[in-house]
Amino acid sequence: MSSTDGDYDALSRTDHAPGDEPARGREVAEGVLGYLIGLGLAILLTAVSFFIAGTFLVWRPSIPIALVVLAIAQIGVHLVFFLHITTGPDNVNNVLALAFGVLIVFLILVGSLWIMYNLNQNMGPMTM
Amino acid sequence: MTAFQAGADFGDGRREETQGPRPEAIMDHAGPTAKRIIVGYGFWIFLLSDIVMFSAFFATYAVLVNETAGGPSGKDLFDLHNVAIETACLLLSSFTCGLAAIGSRAHNGLLYYGGMAATFLFGLGFLSIEMHEFAGMVGQGAGPTRSAFLSAFFTLVGCHGLHVTLGLLWLLTMVAQVFAKGYRADILRRVLCFALFWHTLDIIWVAIFTVVYLLGAGA
Amino acid sequence: MFGKLTWDAIPFDQPIPLAAGALVIVVIVGVVAFVTIKGWVPYLWREWITSVDHKHIGIMYVTLAAVMLLRGFIDAIMMRSQQAIAFRSQGYLPPEHYNQIFSAHGTIMIFFVAMPFVIGLMNFVVPLQLGVRDVAFPTLNSVSFWLTATGALLINLSLVVGEFSRTGWLPFPPLSELTYSPGVGVDYYLWGVQISGVGTVMTGVNFVTTILKIHAPGMTYMRMPVFCWTAFASMLVIVAAFPVLTATLAMLTLDRYLGFHFFTNEAGGNVMMFMNLIWIWGHPEVYILVLPAFGVFSEVVSTFSRKPLFGYRSMVWATMAICVISYMVWLHHFFTMGAGPNVNAVFGIASMIIAVPTGVKIFNWMFTMYGGRVVYATPMLWSLGFMVTFVIGGLTGVLVAVVPADFMLHNSLFQVAHFHNVIIGGVLFGMFAGYTFWFPKAFGFRLHEGWGKAAFWCWFIGFYLAFMPLYVVGLMGMTRRMQHYDVPEWRPWLLVAAVGAAVILAGILCQVAQLVVSIRHREELRDLTGDPWMGRALEWSTSSPPPAFNFAVLPYVEGRDDYWRRARLAERGAGPAVEPVYKAIEMPRNSATGFVCAFFATFGGFGMIWHIWWLVGVSLLGAFVTFVVFAWRDRTEYEIPADEVARIDRANRRARGEAFTPAGVLS
Repeated sequence: MSSTDGDYDALSRTDHAPGDEPARGREVAEGVLGYLIGLGLAILLTAVSFFIAGTFLVWRPSIPIALVVLAIAQIGVHLVFFLHITTGPDNVNNVLALAFGVLIVFLILVGSLWIMYNLNQNMGPMTM
Repeated sequence: MTAFQAGADFGDGRREETQGPRPEAIMDHAGPTAKRIIVGYGFWIFLLSDIVMFSAFFATYAVLVNETAGGPSGKDLFDLHNVAIETACLLLSSFTCGLAAIGSRAHNGLLYYGGMAATFLFGLGFLSIEMHEFAGMVGQGAGPTRSAFLSAFFTLVGCHGLHVTLGLLWLLTMVAQVFAKGYRADILRRVLCFALFWHTLDIIWVAIFTVVYLLGAGA
Repeated sequence: MFGKLTWDAIPFDQPIPLAAGALVIVVIVGVVAFVTIKGWVPYLWREWITSVDHKHIGIMYVTLAAVMLLRGFIDAIMMRSQQAIAFRSQGYLPPEHYNQIFSAHGTIMIFFVAMPFVIGLMNFVVPLQLGVRDVAFPTLNSVSFWLTATGALLINLSLVVGEFSRTGWLPFPPLSELTYSPGVGVDYYLWGVQISGVGTVMTGVNFVTTILKIHAPGMTYMRMPVFCWTAFASMLVIVAAFPVLTATLAMLTLDRYLGFHFFTNEAGGNVMMFMNLIWIWGHPEVYILVLPAFGVFSEVVSTFSRKPLFGYRSMVWATMAICVISYMVWLHHFFTMGAGPNVNAVFGIASMIIAVPTGVKIFNWMFTMYGGRVVYATPMLWSLGFMVTFVIGGLTGVLVAVVPADFMLHNSLFQVAHFHNVIIGGVLFGMFAGYTFWFPKAFGFRLHEGWGKAAFWCWFIGFYLAFMPLYVVGLMGMTRRMQHYDVPEWRPWLLVAAVGAAVILAGILCQVAQLVVSIRHREELRDLTGDPWMGRALEWSTSSPPPAFNFAVLPYVEGRDDYWRRARLAERGAGPAVEPVYKAIEMPRNSATGFVCAFFATFGGFGMIWHIWWLVGVSLLGAFVTFVVFAWRDRTEYEIPADEVARIDRANRRARGEAFTPAGVLS
């Protein structure tokens, strides 16, 4: 089992490791192209984020939401182009695991913020 | 008395097959999955647990972000130029890590060693800027013991930096392993895990620079 | 040179810990000497300490849990006797000591009894039920066990060197901050729990991967035994909850060691954030414990009712529903701390909703028994005891989910009675059922039935005597963790509770006797077929104990309870068998990585506790080197030749053929 190609047998056609290159027979050039596209998109989104954070051209109260949306988009670019997480049938387990993780993160962040906001409202002033 | 592990006869002309899947079943449930997928998936689950840990630090940061105890806040301390350079470093290092991953699968030394070297340099660049920033803040009296906000900031960003540091140590180990033992299957599985780890660190950095720096400095 | 460690750390002035510590040291030295003189050390090193076999690791986990159960129970006896005596008196335990005892009791019972017991059973059983040879990452499995053992060692060390924390089983700030707990007690807690927590997360990753990716051919997800489903849900919750514990304890550690201000009273710290985060972990934790217990009951009830489990699909859905909803109720642990009616209402309703899937499970177990030919063996008795006890505990849980009621009952003995009701009635009874059920598979002989039944009845009666009075006294207003009291109405109830603790002690002694007697009479109790109970899932198709490789040929699974179907066919003499084609089997090599890692973790933790910084540095370096040495291995597997596999398997088939009777061993 420590030889090189025991890992890539036909029985695993229906399943795919997360982060692994999509198809075995692909050229190096195709793989590099995928990463280049991802890099380009990510640079674009990052530049927009930095720009928006400092500019007065956008209605200021919308900036936090815009930044969060841009961040989610950047994370999406990473997931698709760098981590090769797709919605194909061979990626189901990977996507489900990710979805579960996202749910937990959401519960922790939103739950904590909501609870702590309410607790802080009702707490007396802290004496230093 | 017959043993019943295989080949039982139903007594009505049918006969149970010996141990082994029927051909049409092979594609659906053929038994244990290939090692590369097992290792990759296991590491993916570990990364999700790491992301949950970071979200606890994020939540703490978000709750304590205004507790500056009369001391400096993000607006006073954050230098967005440095953050932009750090972001560029990590993003480019993610790209070069992808090149290294392709190189490892293709057994292409130039791509692999070149990609890993570039990743290391970008990562080191990121860390040195971050160390410099931390040292500067501590020097100004804005260290982690100054206020709850600063405790949360140093812990969240510092934890990410610690992960980057460990990642760089891992990177060196992977370069050494391929150099010493070639593109062996188990070593390639570890390179896969390293790549997963490194890309995830960049994902976490996206969240950090958005929530901590951009929102903190602009507010 | 030795940080804060001086000779004052040894409790020469406190007779009870001193005597207890001396006794423990004598026992340990005695055992080590005995083992060495008998020449068992090479065997222990080869077969157990460096083993990466899930079966041996599972047995070691359960052994750790059993030993720690004794320690935790002694703490319980001390608390009960103190409360029976300390009416208008100081009793025999001064407050500083009493506070350490209830803290140690809770910490040990949750982290070093319940968790290892549950994880140990899952370790042993899950790969066998899935029809495979081992878990996804066997060496990681060994590391997990040894890190848990490290945590247990550190906690117990606090008895002899230094002190333990006085903050309860969860170290709430600001009491746990350096200002109010300047000693090493909280540090012992932090490092012991943190180190074992790392091991636990690794177990979670290991088993999620195993259950999702490593099955026998033909075993689709919906053909897995329900125990595997509950193991999966429990492990998923571990992966998603334990990191929060790691982060929270790390923040408290940073506060204590480096002067950070997460949870301090000054500089903007927020103590309530600790409560929030720790319960985000703490509530899922109890589901981590109880879900595998539910799985045990599913296996036991269906086996001893001679019927397939009723409502398999609904069991799976209920399990996954519990897994998800367990993350949506955590605030019910601090209703009274000022979140306001809106927040409280949402979490109160969610806490009631989570009782529904559990109710579904209870009905399914009852419908499984209905129409079956029930055999009242010891594991079945534990299951019936569970059904009654857990329902009562669950009802009191729904009661305290009603927020106005909880305002009266929070932190009273009512709350203490509720959680012991569900943890003992649910988790512990489940673990005892599983222990009795799978003991023959692990060791090749059954446990003595008579002593088993006696143990069950002592535990069952003792539990009600010990905890029902606590509900009453809680409703009367008694707070938890009281070292002394002067309300005369409480006294009779606390005396009854002390008697209950004594009856439970009798139960534990029965279990010890059961083990001793069973070992003595193991030849009469020998399990020759590998299937002493007419089992339903794949583990019963192996010999008892199974060979290292579990299955000579991985079985092809055609449906649920596939082993049961084939066994009944075989009983009816269904045709001549065709021997499978035996091939050589590759198994993972043993590794000292786990033990060595834990060795460095122990010294590193001890160094952190006592501020012996050079020791910490050396330990970190040692752990890193161990890791690299492991990664540099060239040979990771060893081969069992085909004729060896054939020899072992033919012996098992022969033994089954000779000993198997049509109606099963227990008829």
